[in-house]
Amino acid sequence: MRIWKYGDNINTDQLFPGKYTYTCATPEEIKPHLLEDLDPSFADNVKTGDVIFAGKNFGCGSSREQPVLGFKSVGVQAIVAESFARIFYRAAINQGLVLIECPEAVKTYSEGDEVQLNIEKGSIMVGEQNFSFPALPKEVLAIRDAGGLLPYTRLKLKKKE
Amino acid sequence: MGKTFAEKILAKKAGLKDAVPGQIVTVKPEHLLMHDNAAAIIGKISDEIEKYGIVDKNLPVIVLDHVIPAADEKTASNHKKIREFVKKHKLKNFFDAGTGVCHQIVLEKGFAVPGSLILGSDSHTCSYGAVNSFSTGIDRTEAASLLLTGETWLKVPLSIKINLKGKLNNRVSAKDVILHIIGDIGSSGANYCSVEFHGDMEQFSVGDRFTIANMGVEAGAKNAVFPVDDITVEYLKKTGVKDYEPVWADPDAVYHSELTYDVSKIQPVIACPHNVDNVKSVSEVAGIEINQCLIGTCTNGREKDLEIAAGILKGKKVSPHVRLLILPASKTVFENCLRNGNIEILSNAGAIILPSGCGPCLGAHQGVLAPGERCLSTANRNFKGRMGCKEAEIYLASPATVAASAIHGEITDPRTVRK
Repeated sequence: MRIWKYGDNINTDQLFPGKYTYTCATPEEIKPHLLEDLDPSFADNVKTGDVIFAGKNFGCGSSREQPVLGFKSVGVQAIVAESFARIFYRAAINQGLVLIECPEAVKTYSEGDEVQLNIEKGSIMVGEQNFSFPALPKEVLAIRDAGGLLPYTRLKLKKKE
Repeated sequence: MGKTFAEKILAKKAGLKDAVPGQIVTVKPEHLLMHDNAAAIIGKISDEIEKYGIVDKNLPVIVLDHVIPAADEKTASNHKKIREFVKKHKLKNFFDAGTGVCHQIVLEKGFAVPGSLILGSDSHTCSYGAVNSFSTGIDRTEAASLLLTGETWLKVPLSIKINLKGKLNNRVSAKDVILHIIGDIGSSGANYCSVEFHGDMEQFSVGDRFTIANMGVEAGAKNAVFPVDDITVEYLKKTGVKDYEPVWADPDAVYHSELTYDVSKIQPVIACPHNVDNVKSVSEVAGIEINQCLIGTCTNGREKDLEIAAGILKGKKVSPHVRLLILPASKTVFENCLRNGNIEILSNAGAIILPSGCGPCLGAHQGVLAPGERCLSTANRNFKGRMGCKEAEIYLASPATVAASAIHGEITDPRTVRK
């Protein structure tokens, strides 16, 4: 598992440039441009299970969901940040991508530290230190646990039939 | 204990007596805005739409604006797909390329009304707080789900009260006010919060309020909202909107924080690369050479904005080193400015008049920058790469500052340009 560390206010144009928003929608189309203007090494080297650490306000800006679709499709296990921008946070829930708001963990982390996640228990180990983070509200967790909003909606519609 | 705007409106929309910050409520928005991204949205649920249909044909408002006229085969095919969908499902709230930028259309066509709840698959959906709507952005997947179910969840946000006191000085506008505030509180200063504007409102037109609410998301706000007053009522009357129930905070509502700004002390300001909260006074950076100027977009492309620009550019010429792009927020704005002579003034000064869309603002087409170039724009974002090139720089300012700077080919304080 590799940790990718970024700073504050990483915006959606850095995560996925706006100029591709209307020409790329599938994971295959999105992947080569993921973090293109922020970290050109990311797309070629990210592996399933990797974790992203970031500062404040991660994902601010546009409502485009390609960054979330991209992170999910390349297997990013979770994004741990000091805080997230609202639309990005919602988009992650809708795709079943795990976001962890834990400023203490981010501040503690330094390169080379071992990181262990326990999403069910709501805890994260950075080096020797253990941090806990609150669970999502149950209404929201149900969406993430269904694998995202569309699978959740499909189940709901089927029940109504 | 009093309630905030967000607490009141979300309780009402959820059919509850009360709602408190942090509570999750289920709501049914009156409208769902989509633009060119409708192609991707409907693509996600084509089977389900066949099987279950669209939950309410009056719910979606679709405006083609982001890449219009189409820039290439792919965007043209997206537009075609949306037009066919609209026709097949007999959707009436559809506005084809050239009608205007989606947010302006939601306002102009009377979809945004006081006390309404509007969600949109665009981050600047927060604009409709200008007319007392609770409006906020969502992603494509959620828009798809809404088309099928008509409902979603919202967390009741904490609220921030911003008091605007005093009178604006000459050539200082609503854009300077919101940039000043974002510079002060930072780009996550209102994260997850509902931002209420109170105070001396009579100097702010509905368009001015739209400029301010539009940029709420640049401070991380969930929504940004104004009270209903005579100015709102007069505007809505002209738009033909009749039935609405305004919602407003109680005087003893409890806020996460309260801020007061004396707007008479605000100077013309500018957001420098590459973040919207990197705000400086225009005089501090005056003299920096620019290659392109953009006046318009959903932030600042209304009649008053173009009138301010025309007032400064009348009888003058744009610097030969600068391309000045004018992007009226809608065809109605364009036609009104054609009739009142402001389009002619801008054109005579050397401006390029573009169709009412979003192209250059998001770097899609019609004004993409080259490496090393600088653009001064009235739009709402200056992120690196936003206008199509990561080695270019974007500065954000008011229409007056952009017009004054276009004449000199460098960043210019609009108060130094004589009429």
